[in-house]
Amino acid sequence: MNPRDAGAGAPLRGKRKASPGSVRRAFQPWNDPAAEPLVVFRNVTKRFDTVTAVDNLSLALYPREFFALLGASGCGKTTLMRMLAGFEQPDAGEILLDGVDITAVPPHRRPINMMFQSYALFPHLSVGDNIAYGLRREGLPRERIARRVAEMLALVKLDGLEKRRPDQLSGGQRQRVALARSLAKRPKLLLLDEPMAALDRKLRESTQFELMDLQSELGLTFMVVTHDQDEAMTMADRMAVMNHGRLVQIGPPDEIYEAPTSRYVAEFVGDINILEGRVASVAGEIVRVETAMAGAVELDEEAASLAIGEAIFVGLRPEKITLSHDEPAQVVNKVAGEIWDIGYLGDFTMVQVMVGGDDGQLLKVALANRTRRIERPFAWEDRVWLSWDVEAGLVLPP
Amino acid sequence: MKRLGPGLIMALVAGFAFLYLPILALIAYSFNASRLVTVWGGFSTHWYGALMANEPLLDAAWLSIRLAFVSATAATVLGTLAALALARHGAFRGRTLFSGMVLAPLVMPEVITGLSLLLLFVSAQVERGFWTVTIAHATFSLGFACIVVQSRLAGFDRSLEEAARDLGATPVITFWTVTLPLIWPAVAAAWMLAFTLSLDDLVIASFTTGPGATTLPMRLYSAVRLGVSPEINAACTIMIGAVALVVIAASLLLKRDQLAGA
Repeated sequence: MNPRDAGAGAPLRGKRKASPGSVRRAFQPWNDPAAEPLVVFRNVTKRFDTVTAVDNLSLALYPREFFALLGASGCGKTTLMRMLAGFEQPDAGEILLDGVDITAVPPHRRPINMMFQSYALFPHLSVGDNIAYGLRREGLPRERIARRVAEMLALVKLDGLEKRRPDQLSGGQRQRVALARSLAKRPKLLLLDEPMAALDRKLRESTQFELMDLQSELGLTFMVVTHDQDEAMTMADRMAVMNHGRLVQIGPPDEIYEAPTSRYVAEFVGDINILEGRVASVAGEIVRVETAMAGAVELDEEAASLAIGEAIFVGLRPEKITLSHDEPAQVVNKVAGEIWDIGYLGDFTMVQVMVGGDDGQLLKVALANRTRRIERPFAWEDRVWLSWDVEAGLVLPP
Repeated sequence: MKRLGPGLIMALVAGFAFLYLPILALIAYSFNASRLVTVWGGFSTHWYGALMANEPLLDAAWLSIRLAFVSATAATVLGTLAALALARHGAFRGRTLFSGMVLAPLVMPEVITGLSLLLLFVSAQVERGFWTVTIAHATFSLGFACIVVQSRLAGFDRSLEEAARDLGATPVITFWTVTLPLIWPAVAAAWMLAFTLSLDDLVIASFTTGPGATTLPMRLYSAVRLGVSPEINAACTIMIGAVALVVIAASLLLKRDQLAGA
């Protein structure tokens, strides 16, 4: 399921006209061989002295796509974005926009705009003049500029603040001005560098949905760079996880979360328990793995490439594990342990269970708090059983 | 705030007295009615009137002002460009040498600067006068202008310039519409500093000037050699006033700039 269709966001998206669910689900240009990409990175490499920030990277972005680039700091995601804006030159490879090589085009001649992490609002200009800055550079007539500025202010709900200076605005308002300024020129592609980093949590959530609305309303292509996985997963049609200058995995957020192809992605996006083990048998689509800590684990996986005896990792998301006091009936996919820690987070409770004895491994189990109750069913030092479905486990290559 | 003890206050008063009493005495005696410099003969603005009739002194003052204006403008433009190069282009080849050469005149003894420029002008067979002094002043005040502008650029958010480029501004337009409006207090302060440096200078001007181009400090100095007259006191008072005004304006500008930049 695309997180965009999640019920939680519905009230905030009241103004969206048509039901977006069906449209969104069908929107997968990356799977369509006939689709023309808007942006193509072709074997792009960028080095800073001895550090390779971007390493022989290829990537295609499609029109109207909301693309998120996720990675830890220093993974090269900002460099990739800055190369697209024209502030950095690749050492090798080329960047195409609408099929045209723009590698050597200076930033002021690229139909790409960027919203800076610091917002970079001009402190000596009013809100209106900030938004008009790009339009003035195009030499548009005065009335058209005024009209567009008013339009933009209405779009980001800042009507009436045209005469204010940036230092007279709140953080959220400044972010909106930065957004309006970067959208004023109707760029083919909008780059957003950590757009929510300076906002508090509540504001961040509502702004995320507003940004998604804006993007679908204006029919623009967005590329957002972030280290915040919730942000990436909420907003993006497709996301890429980047590490050491390479794209580790690219796909829709649900695919990244539910079917990570590497241990790095599995651990970077969301919480996960990793069990070490060896492949014991492969029968049809059921893989049986002998793990040191949790005994035999059976997984429903495409397993053609696995060899008997091969060392692999099994990944288990905390919310896919069931916790019980009594031993479950199933034969495999269960392990006994002792509760070491309980973290109550309101909407759910994260329980840490020690399996395999006192020197074993701590496994995280997420319990959704679906009913109001003050009495908790589990307590510290309880002896409990963990169990999970055959579909829950992930095979991760070492 | 910590209060100063009586000993420290005494030291402070003595220090300031040593610095400013002679100047105050000079200002006071410029209003002396007596012709004798050291005898008080009552209050009078007579010498200011006489000053207005002193053609050579007025000519020298006008020359000094024009000279300071041109050399300060040249020094500010070049100093700002040097500061931009130093602040913007990272560790380019020869950066240390460049910065050292720009800033060397700050610590170079004026006699040496003056003498070497004189040698240059003589060997190049340039006729000495207004323009040679202007070039000399621009050369030595360039370093001061550069330092003032560079300190402002050090705290400058580069993403502002990138944002301008991103929105379609060429590098030149970016400089005029974003960079300069944000650093102009420092540029103005640099200009004022260069202006007063040129107005005050005696040594370098003496070396590099030629016939017909006598600056105000040179005129005053030669007049004093024949004996101090109350007229000279009046001229000096006006000069002190002018310089103080410009320096105070420059420091206010820089202070405002720092507050805005913080």
